[in-house]
Amino acid sequence: MKSLEELKAIREKMQGSVALRSEDSDQTRVVVGMATCGIASGARPVLNTLAEAVAEKKLDKVSVTQTGCIGLCQYEPIVEVYEPGKEKVTYVKMTPDKALEVVNRHLNGGSPIKEYTLNSTTL
Amino acid sequence: MMPEISLNILDVAQNSVKAGAKLVTLECLIDTGADTLTVIIDDDGCGMTKEQVEAVTDPFYTTRTTRKVGLGVPFFKMAAESTGGSFEIVSEPGKGTRVTCVFILSSIDRMPLGDMVSTVHMLVTQSGSMELVYHYRVDEEEFTLDTRQFREILGDDVSFNEPEVSEYIRDYLKENTSEVNKGQDF
Repeated sequence: MKSLEELKAIREKMQGSVALRSEDSDQTRVVVGMATCGIASGARPVLNTLAEAVAEKKLDKVSVTQTGCIGLCQYEPIVEVYEPGKEKVTYVKMTPDKALEVVNRHLNGGSPIKEYTLNSTTL
Repeated sequence: MMPEISLNILDVAQNSVKAGAKLVTLECLIDTGADTLTVIIDDDGCGMTKEQVEAVTDPFYTTRTTRKVGLGVPFFKMAAESTGGSFEIVSEPGKGTRVTCVFILSSIDRMPLGDMVSTVHMLVTQSGSMELVYHYRVDEEEFTLDTRQFREILGDDVSFNEPEVSEYIRDYLKENTSEVNKGQDF
């Protein structure tokens, strides 16, 4: 069995090194729809991938959170990116692979991937 | 339809988060002798009135405003009942809600339990200050995850989302689940 001792060791290692996350205005929010519609169409691995990749790349200015039904169930899994001072970008029909690309090219690289957005789907 | 029981659990447990629960107890109990897989989600959230409890298994009842259908609970109920199992909700306003779902383990119509590690990991890391107790049992073997124990060790300033902590929680779930499973796949 994995023990709680290991967590204590992690805690000690982190002592003092935990930077206070600034919840200020320059924070980018990444929101994944996690209602029944999102979960059924595969939002769980998308959210997992986003959270892991953002942590791995140490993107301190990015926070990944979840929300309920966005109201466009047929386009789930949906990922919304809110960057301060910019228009919201809505990615639709996401997969873990697309999510990785979004982290690399948009969140890290700064340029949204147009072909995955709601705007480029035919309604 | 959900392809895995673990996705139903993630979906229905979100209702406890939305009900403002401070403590959620999630139990997944497998009894190969009795041929049952029992899922219990128990919260101390805002609870429901008698009328709401009756309405909640109706797909055309929902509290959300973006759509007129609510399929989370009906999916869970259908998944259990189609195996010959049972589904029950007990709730009291101001006290909380308890959902009990029994699946018949050997039924051909029982969907796989699926990735419980990801479901619990997500509930732990994404639910803010809500405490979660997760109990997983296969016959005599069992383990418990209690976020209150984690929080006691970490203190208030270290979030479950810190990469090292998040990874520890995933490994904790993964290793303990596989020890309890003893090579069996549910």
